[in-house]
Amino acid sequence: MDLSETPEMAAFRREVKGFLAAHQADYCGGAAKDPLAWQQLLVAHGYAARTIPREYGGYGAAPDILKGRILAEEFISAGAPRGMAGQGISMLVPTLLEVGSEEQKLRWIGPTLRGEIIWCQGYSEPGAGSDLASLQTKAVEDGGDFVISGSKIWTSTAHAAQMMFALVRTEPEAAKHEGISYVLIPMDTPGIEVRPLKTMTGGSEFNEVFFNDVRIPQDQVVGGRGRGWFVANTTLKHERGMLGDPNATEARLNALIELMKSETVDGQRVIDNPVFRDRLMQLQGRVLAMKFNGLRIITSQITGEPAGMAGLIVKLQGCELNHQLAALAIDALGELGILYHEGSHLRAKGRWQWNYMFDLGLIIGGGTAQIQKNIIAERGLGLPREPKPAAV
Amino acid sequence: MDFSLTQDQRMMQESLTRTVAEASPLERVRRFASDLTDSGADIWRALCEFGLPGIVVPEEHGGLGLGLLDAALAAEALGHAVAPTAFMEVVLASIALLRGGSPEQQAHWLPRLASGEATAAVALSELVAGARDGAGVSASQGVLSGKAFFVQGGMTADLLVVADTTGALHLVRGDAEGLSRTFMPGLDETRRLGELTFRAVAAEPLSGGPALLDALRDAGWTLIAADTLGAAQAMLEKAVAYAKERRQFGRVIGSFQAVKHLCAEMAAELEPCRSLIWYSAYAYDAAPGEASLMAAHAKALTCEVARFVARTSTEVHGGMGVTDLLGLHYWFKRIGLNRQLLGGPERVREIAARLQGLAA
Repeated sequence: MDLSETPEMAAFRREVKGFLAAHQADYCGGAAKDPLAWQQLLVAHGYAARTIPREYGGYGAAPDILKGRILAEEFISAGAPRGMAGQGISMLVPTLLEVGSEEQKLRWIGPTLRGEIIWCQGYSEPGAGSDLASLQTKAVEDGGDFVISGSKIWTSTAHAAQMMFALVRTEPEAAKHEGISYVLIPMDTPGIEVRPLKTMTGGSEFNEVFFNDVRIPQDQVVGGRGRGWFVANTTLKHERGMLGDPNATEARLNALIELMKSETVDGQRVIDNPVFRDRLMQLQGRVLAMKFNGLRIITSQITGEPAGMAGLIVKLQGCELNHQLAALAIDALGELGILYHEGSHLRAKGRWQWNYMFDLGLIIGGGTAQIQKNIIAERGLGLPREPKPAAV
Repeated sequence: MDFSLTQDQRMMQESLTRTVAEASPLERVRRFASDLTDSGADIWRALCEFGLPGIVVPEEHGGLGLGLLDAALAAEALGHAVAPTAFMEVVLASIALLRGGSPEQQAHWLPRLASGEATAAVALSELVAGARDGAGVSASQGVLSGKAFFVQGGMTADLLVVADTTGALHLVRGDAEGLSRTFMPGLDETRRLGELTFRAVAAEPLSGGPALLDALRDAGWTLIAADTLGAAQAMLEKAVAYAKERRQFGRVIGSFQAVKHLCAEMAAELEPCRSLIWYSAYAYDAAPGEASLMAAHAKALTCEVARFVARTSTEVHGGMGVTDLLGLHYWFKRIGLNRQLLGGPERVREIAARLQGLAA
């Protein structure tokens, strides 16, 4: 155990701090004024796409988990946007690097990193949620093309995306997990219809996407025909890592502490109410524990050892904790916490209320809490899988 | 940055776990719990051969010269086996001597504590957890008067470290005139608590005042959290083993999600506590400015999680869980004792808030 910072890391931290101080005018309130320019600036400095090889448009640095962590910490503490973090950058690019063809890497990674191509993910279907491998959207060979029909759901950013990476059934006769291919679909192809899916937040963070005989060339398959399930598992690994970032959770805790210090009831600060204060301290203990759990995972990534139980629990615990932080914020706001949309008494533009509702979706998405518990029990504790039901 | 245990620490963990399993199996714990004349001397000897009592004592005084993280790993192994020892008390007394003792006091006591020849107990409860039933020790001109409660290992300790009502600390010999000790029968029979009565008892002052008390409190919180982690981890392992073995409705019960998810919840809650305890122990030696807050959260969170684990593991065992035959209750009760010792979670969290200026 040694958490001291080497001179090299301390210098890197100073460099990042210096960069953020120099470019403070380019962002405010956690958002970039010109997201595309900001993204390209970050890539040029190696603060985004840091380890992506140069020939594919990245910065080409050797993987360095510590520098990655320093970047995460400094950007969060400055309130600076981390650049684009859509599903294209966080999920498709790592997948292409791992299993894509050379041509696919050259064609897609660069424009994705620069923010010129926005991607959406086409995995879940109305009939295939937790049981994702039962998906039915099919791609039938016709000439040199695939013709796709079916529908996808929970597709965030589909309305803004130029491209989709999707799982489709190409081998209907093959076993459930072996008949799936991972394909890249241009969203302007005729026959695609995107319908926004309005959620409880009042916004449309997700969409439904319908495919009506959508024709794409066969060379848009990534990782080989019938290999899609295994390709997707590479990607899901990246998604689950993304959903429990302890730096973001700590930032939310700090915002909550400030809220409880500034809000008053009958002239008394919320933090001076011992019941609220105790709830805050309970959550602070959990946030700290997940923060150090994150350091353990980072260390295991550096040494190449499996993170074991510390890694398996992140999605379940992290998403739950984020939701509970938002819940306490709403309770601390009391009747102010039931305001929404707009108005002079609304706090933080309704951000806490929005998080409270939206985070429930994150507890469900990317593998529900119940699926996470199966994974923890089966892979982490070695408990047996549920027996397959007899065929009916 | 390296947030992991060293090779040496992992080896110590493994061999200590073996040593404790041999010296203090469940049948041995049972005998200790049912017989007040059983001092557990053989268990203590096995730990002494390991060098455990001197874990934080510098080598020049005959100890191992290790840090609080090493002591926490040892406490975890002892908690895992619900071993009946006064390990934490010796560590706290050693820290008290190292930080607040004169060279003479150190030279006299540290080698004896490190070898296991002398045992120790600490009377901090009134200052940390709060005074009950009028307890409290006052000091006047080197003489102590009053009462101290819930002193673990206090019935037999050769050396007592006693906090007076101002937070100053004193050394008292176990055979001092005017000191009487009354056994306080408790829920966890692997721990023996004493009520100490001081009637004009001669004491030697330690320097350091309330800052030393805080240091003992922080180390105590961290070690209690580690003991609790070990006990809770053992209960989780027992639940999982039972769920893989016990069959109902033609299946092992661990294949039912209703049972499987309980096990997953225990693991998911417990694993982050391990990380927090490691950091708390590390900070105690390497980042003293953070130590108090981390120790408070490690103690409060681990005790909350362990209560959930204790109850849930018992439930996974079904009716067997509540029997004496299985002996699961020793772990359940250890977790219950640790929760209250040196302050329950509510009190400890209030101190955590105060440490950050969030409470008056």
